[in-house]
Amino acid sequence: MTFMKAWTTSTLSLPNTPDPIFLTAPQNHPNHRTYPLPTMSAITYKSGKEPHPNERRIIFKNVDREGWDQSIDTYEGEGGYDQLKRAVAMEPGAVTNEVKSAGLRGRGGAGFPAGLKWSFLPPNNTKPVYLICNADESEPGTFKDRYIIHQDPHQLIEGMAIAAFAVGAKLAYIYIREEFPQGAEILEKAITEAREKGYLGKNILGTDFELEIYVHRGAGAYICGEETGLIESLEGKRPYPRIKPPYFPAAMGLYLCPTIVNNVETLCHVRHILEMGGEEWSKVGTPNNTGTRILCVSGDVKKPGYFEVEVGKVTMGELINDMCGGLKDGRSLKAVIPGGSSAKVLRADETFKVGKGDDCKEISIWDIPMDFDTLAACGSMAGSGGVIVIDDSRSISWVLNNINNFYAHESCGQCTPCREGSLWMKKITDRLVADKAAPSDIETLDAVARNIDGQTICAFGEASSWPTESFVEKFKDELIADTKPELENTPVNAEKELAAAGLL
Amino acid sequence: MSDLVDVQINGEWHQFPKGTRMIEACREVGAEVPHYCYHPKLTSPGNCRMCLVQMGMPPRPAPGAEPAQPDEDGHVPISWMPRPVIACANTVAPNMGIRTQGELTENVREGVMELMLANHPLDCPICDQAGECHLQEYSVEHGKGEGRFREQKVKKPKNVDVGPRIRLDDERCIMCSRCIRFMDEVADDPVLGFTDRGSHTTLAVYPGRELDSNYSLNTADLCPVGALTSNDFRFQMRVWFMKEINTIDTNCGTGANITVYARQGEIFRIKPRQNNSVNSDWMPDSHRLSFHWINDEETRLTSALAKDENGNHQVVTNENAYAIAAAKLSKYKGHEIAIIASARMTNEELFMVKRLAKHLKAKIVETVPRTGEADGYLISEDRNPNTLGVKTVLGLDDPGSQLESIKDDIKQGQIHALITLQEDLITDAGFTDDDLAGLDVLISSYPCANPTAERSDVVLPGGCWAEKSGTMLNIQGRLQRLNKVTDGPGTTEEPWEVIRNLQQALGGGNGIHSHTEIFNQLAETIPVFAGVKFQDIGDLGIPLVETDETLPLLEREKERVAQGLIVG
Amino acid sequence: MSLEVPADLEKQIDERITHYPVSKRSAVLPVLHLLQHHFRFVNEEVIEWAAAKLELEPIKVLEVVSFYPGFRQSAPGKYHIRVCRTLSCAMAGSYELMDSLCEKTGIDRSGVDHHNPIAVSADGTYSIEFAECLASCGTGPVCMVEDDFYESVDDVDALLAKYS
Repeated sequence: MTFMKAWTTSTLSLPNTPDPIFLTAPQNHPNHRTYPLPTMSAITYKSGKEPHPNERRIIFKNVDREGWDQSIDTYEGEGGYDQLKRAVAMEPGAVTNEVKSAGLRGRGGAGFPAGLKWSFLPPNNTKPVYLICNADESEPGTFKDRYIIHQDPHQLIEGMAIAAFAVGAKLAYIYIREEFPQGAEILEKAITEAREKGYLGKNILGTDFELEIYVHRGAGAYICGEETGLIESLEGKRPYPRIKPPYFPAAMGLYLCPTIVNNVETLCHVRHILEMGGEEWSKVGTPNNTGTRILCVSGDVKKPGYFEVEVGKVTMGELINDMCGGLKDGRSLKAVIPGGSSAKVLRADETFKVGKGDDCKEISIWDIPMDFDTLAACGSMAGSGGVIVIDDSRSISWVLNNINNFYAHESCGQCTPCREGSLWMKKITDRLVADKAAPSDIETLDAVARNIDGQTICAFGEASSWPTESFVEKFKDELIADTKPELENTPVNAEKELAAAGLL
Repeated sequence: MSDLVDVQINGEWHQFPKGTRMIEACREVGAEVPHYCYHPKLTSPGNCRMCLVQMGMPPRPAPGAEPAQPDEDGHVPISWMPRPVIACANTVAPNMGIRTQGELTENVREGVMELMLANHPLDCPICDQAGECHLQEYSVEHGKGEGRFREQKVKKPKNVDVGPRIRLDDERCIMCSRCIRFMDEVADDPVLGFTDRGSHTTLAVYPGRELDSNYSLNTADLCPVGALTSNDFRFQMRVWFMKEINTIDTNCGTGANITVYARQGEIFRIKPRQNNSVNSDWMPDSHRLSFHWINDEETRLTSALAKDENGNHQVVTNENAYAIAAAKLSKYKGHEIAIIASARMTNEELFMVKRLAKHLKAKIVETVPRTGEADGYLISEDRNPNTLGVKTVLGLDDPGSQLESIKDDIKQGQIHALITLQEDLITDAGFTDDDLAGLDVLISSYPCANPTAERSDVVLPGGCWAEKSGTMLNIQGRLQRLNKVTDGPGTTEEPWEVIRNLQQALGGGNGIHSHTEIFNQLAETIPVFAGVKFQDIGDLGIPLVETDETLPLLEREKERVAQGLIVG
Repeated sequence: MSLEVPADLEKQIDERITHYPVSKRSAVLPVLHLLQHHFRFVNEEVIEWAAAKLELEPIKVLEVVSFYPGFRQSAPGKYHIRVCRTLSCAMAGSYELMDSLCEKTGIDRSGVDHHNPIAVSADGTYSIEFAECLASCGTGPVCMVEDDFYESVDDVDALLAKYS
């Protein structure tokens, strides 16, 4: 989920913490072995689900693949678990170094360097270390983990086993969203198979490495994608995110022990980083935005779907027009939410200043390369890779109200600004779509969002306020056009009226 | 001094021990940071966001760049962070800067206040918390003065009977979770919780369960708003009309520090007062609520009584009562007189008892023990507040051990006169009518009408704990001050006055005019008190006698402090 | 306690609890899932049973149950339907899908509010509620019937025909 890692990043750049940017550059590895990139020539995909030529399938290599199934035999037949075998023969630190040199950035949201996250474990730790796979995929617009879990579970198990080996975890949990009941069953079956084959359990592959993985189902809460909320949930409590400091999971996570929480896609990459070698893997994508990532496109395009691309090698225009078949006939682009619903909206007719110094240039929305840094430079974020395309048939008020409904419903209610502000924003936009708002309500809406932003325990505050902030900033005229000046200073009681109209 | 760090607060540099929470550092230098959820005795969830302040640190040099040079004070310029941080859970760091004032902090507080009030019912006119409500206080100090919230407020349960002594108004609740944390962490009775989520989050007890812990009323103290209120105090008195007197609880040997709230001599409520060496911030409900009898004029003794020739009590003036008592007592020799005093008496009163006994050459001086089960928190097994005072001042090694021999001596005609002070022998010391029948003279002093008084030849109204001043020694050996809240009813006098006046009527003693004078004599004559000045005792008392007694609740709090979970 | 938990269900529950060697409390979600799967919803009896099993105060279980929409506190129909209402599905017609499902199943959602999210058909065959993002935004509108997932739902009759 987007907000989780966004937050982690902001807090980890507190004083005395190295700036992540300077540590992501690939490091030299003299003993590095390189492996050829997997080729896709021998693979056939189900009819109608073939990858687009712009894709580079690593993580999704087996998704929609003809003749592929979830069994361990099939997985092993393609070199499955070879990387775990390789890993257990290495020093754990060497595995972490590969991930660091790959420059792998977390795929859950804010793109925090995964290897760096692992190295935050306290150096002289005597407590147990836990690994948690965040499979609570719930950022609206994001639907990538679903396919990995349902179609290629062993890839995740292998990635987790390698990660657990690297960080010294003997117990790992996959926190999977409740809405993936089959996914949970598939993972449990895969874990049983892996245990039977000696990839999990005690004395893995004849070494003294041991690992148990358990599947833990959520129960329908977006907040559980926030890593400390997830940890509280896993402890059997209300998933109230913890304050950081002091509760950075790497130091005080599950049961207040060092804990690494990584997204599904991130953990899958670990396996491929070992296969290719960190440095070789880092050549995929663009500098500082390495590897592939899965972009999920939904909304007003002809062919929505998922696309694994090299980070930064595909532009918004290519994604929408070439890969998704363009906008629907007769429609024009109004806006794009580029990284899950909490990412700030981009307006179709904006221009964006990207690059630094001599490389600085102005680009249109179509030319934005879909990487972490450029989308950040455009004032939004790559987030979880969920791209929501909005065409000119849509009412901005309606879109914003839908988003505000989501965040009001999902706010955990622990801290004041988000608890009170998210419902307030929803109520204002409820009135907006019901023609019961006055122009000054838009100012209030924006003020409420800004009272949440930056003042909450977790990044849900930003997640819930950024849509409103950006929609008001970029579509103020359209929002005000949906208001009625004559309603200024008149009493409102939206809830009752909406309920009477069957809108609640 | 490696344990101290330099911190700049609102432009001034100070030093604090490493690990100090920012909020405590600010408070120490007078820069109070508003807060709701933070409480030094509970874990810090950081949920209210009221304590957001601006924070800065020396800038991190860019790679390869030289670090910034310190100025002549040795401080590197502070690079202020654009986002506020909570002062409650963050600790100070070397060369940190904190701004509890200024645009960012003020804007943030205004914003949090506005959101906090959005769904609050604003029913201050009928809210018991009015006058001591942090929501009220902070909205005056940090609010906008107007609300932009035009929507319908969230509806929640009102007037919920959550327990025998506590009532809940969920619409007023600001979800700070202090009460939940108290019940989880301190009272070990986790019956409170939040249900639902988001703006609908509701404080609740499980259906059919009750918040009935003997520490439940502490949640009403902790509640920064009017969500949890005391059934006992509800709608009794507006808080601003009451006078606050700091004193100590006398229901057991712990001597919990308390504040008594009274108006025109009537006590309306008692709240625990922080003393980290005694009761932390808490007290048991049973002790807190045991004051109502004081206000009950039906049961109080309001004048001196003496029996006429028919054996009926007649009201007499105090002077006459002392004269009658003295006349009766003077017929007996010391070895025919016993005194039963009380471990509920102050050290000063006990000193006066000792002096009286000496004057009368009384055969026996004794007190009445009073015990119950310790609760593993703050209630000690010794239900007398000053047993240690009895041992120290009266010199009794085993208080109560002579009670049986007093009974025997009365029966055998060896003791003819008994003076009992602040004890009801029949109800509390196992005396029967038969035990007392052998006496020629029984003189008693007590706050209320009681069976022993009924049998007494002379009855003197002596004030209760709220009606007298002095000092006591708690089970840990801590010397603490008991302060008079109000005058006793009618002609009630403080017990030390009763004893002084009786002794004067007996032709002994002279001009002692205050309890502090008695304390000075204590300090001069009893080695343990040597050198102690009354004014040194202060509001929090001083350790005086070494004992091996500990208070389990305090010990557990110390552990949590050591673990860094709470500030303490 | 009047709740009768079959022995094999309790065995499953006990096995689940072993997945959390550090803290039994961690098993609260899996235990509730298993109980809801069997009893269809989580009422006070279920909460109290789970609390006793995990040695928790019942309020600590209610705190969790009432937080998560995944736990139903009232009885659903024989087939419980969840329709995604979040942005991409809403753009793809999930509100229309909800209307259509209600019409075909005869469910009246007029009594639905925050505290009562589920509406049940008069005959108890179907119940329905809106859910937030089901994470299949590219194939909206999507819904779940019991544990079965359906994407790009356009033929409501065909869908309901599978559950009658």
